[in-house]
Amino acid sequence: MEFFQNLGASTRSSFTKLGRGSYFLVHLLAGISSVLVRPRLLLKQLHSVGVLSFLIISISGLFVGMVLGLQGFYILSRFGAEETLGVMVAASLVRELGPVVTALLFAGRAGSALTAEIGLMKATEQLSGMEMMAIDPIKRIISPRFLAGFLSMPLLAALFSCVGIIGGQLVGTGLLGVDDGAYWSQMQANLDFQGDIINGVIKSIVFGFVTSWIALFEGYDSIPTAEGVSRATTRTVVNSAFSILGLDFILTALMFGDN
Amino acid sequence: MDNHVPTQDSIVTVHNLTFSRGEKKIFDDISLEFERGKVTAIMGPSGTGKTTLLKLIGGQLFPDHGSIMVSGRNIHHLKHDDLYALRKRMGMLFQSGALLTDMSVFENVAYPLREHTQLPESMIRTLVLMKLEAVGLRGARDLMPNELSGGMARRVALARAIALDPMMILYDEPFTGQDPISMGALVHLIKALNTTLGLTSIIVSHDVHETAAIADYIYVLSEGKVIGQGTPKDIFDSPSLWVQQFMNGAADGPVHFHYPAKNYMEDLLHSEKPIFSRQRPPNDRTTKRKRYS
Repeated sequence: MEFFQNLGASTRSSFTKLGRGSYFLVHLLAGISSVLVRPRLLLKQLHSVGVLSFLIISISGLFVGMVLGLQGFYILSRFGAEETLGVMVAASLVRELGPVVTALLFAGRAGSALTAEIGLMKATEQLSGMEMMAIDPIKRIISPRFLAGFLSMPLLAALFSCVGIIGGQLVGTGLLGVDDGAYWSQMQANLDFQGDIINGVIKSIVFGFVTSWIALFEGYDSIPTAEGVSRATTRTVVNSAFSILGLDFILTALMFGDN
Repeated sequence: MDNHVPTQDSIVTVHNLTFSRGEKKIFDDISLEFERGKVTAIMGPSGTGKTTLLKLIGGQLFPDHGSIMVSGRNIHHLKHDDLYALRKRMGMLFQSGALLTDMSVFENVAYPLREHTQLPESMIRTLVLMKLEAVGLRGARDLMPNELSGGMARRVALARAIALDPMMILYDEPFTGQDPISMGALVHLIKALNTTLGLTSIIVSHDVHETAAIADYIYVLSEGKVIGQGTPKDIFDSPSLWVQQFMNGAADGPVHFHYPAKNYMEDLLHSEKPIFSRQRPPNDRTTKRKRYS
């Protein structure tokens, strides 16, 4: 009996949380128009969410690309198809690894920071204080951060893919002796703008939306204590990772399923 | 219990308010009147929900029963825009100050002016410096909130609360953590603001003497009920043992210093669980949310 009670209670609490989250999302989307009137709020957040993520994204991209170069060369050389290394590296990055790994890193670096920041603002009554000053904290605090996360993600994913392709080239042509011209020309010939690049960008847009939403909502909904904020930060990373990987499967199935 | 005396000119009227948090009733059918232009204090021991009352008056929390009229309008029935318009005319001083940590003192005080008015920069500067001068912190304008002491942060927050010249200020424990000098200055400041600007002040506090020195009317709350009300003199002369204990700070009386517990001896000798068990008390809210997802 207790089992069913607990099941019911946890189902109910998940649904109420989903409800709160959706209400929050509607509210923050409605606040975006007021961000556009105050571009300075957005610029500041673009800097802390986007620009400060540059380093981790580029270094990770470089290494992922170099590993792809090594692994790809090993497999392709068994079939004598080393010249197609460029296609393999670029396609993996643009279609899959770029958006997904960037989103995971973004959730860990920027998402957790957003949750902790909002949670602490809540704990120190800053959000409540703004409300009492008749300033809507969702419009001034949440919406600019959301927009910054949403805009940064596709750009960071593009950066990740570009650096990764260069990393693959460094290893492939520099170290393993693949022909430089073949690396680039095969890539140009076989990568489809619509099918590969645009679909990758769509993925990263979706991930940016979801990750920013989760991070901000967890912060806003956190219990305003040290323990509550630490749990909210953990939930941001865990829930973002689940959502990114789950959505990646769904999006991949929709985009590339019929090929 | 409905023993309040309704006055014609009250700016806030709390009528038959009931509010609970979980199982615990914070307010049990209380009625309060706050007269325009006066300093009204709400006193009571910690944990009687004094801050909660301010949040109810500010429309941040919703009552279970009863109503709160602010300036003749039921604050919990207002639409978002009307509520925000009304809040522009209320200032609230939070216990922690609630300053925005990424802005300097000057910018914090300027913030409501920038958000709600179209004043030119030179005018904003003048206004901010005037407000900071009033709280004695004009020289601290370039400091960041993390460089301020708790007492200074509260004074900056006060300057911010009066930035828009509100009709009423809600003070949440304004005297806690102030050194004697700034405490004295703050007591005078609150009184002076009240008389010179014609404000209405609602002070929530448990600093008996400081509050009694400036309040025109005092309500004493305990366990969700109003247990005493009147002018400071009435309260000090109150026949109620409870009120006497609170005003004189006696450790023993109708109110016990200890949180309800079973017999001390029994507790020490027959503990069923290890003393350092990590189990939470059953009424702790976090038990239900313990799971990580």
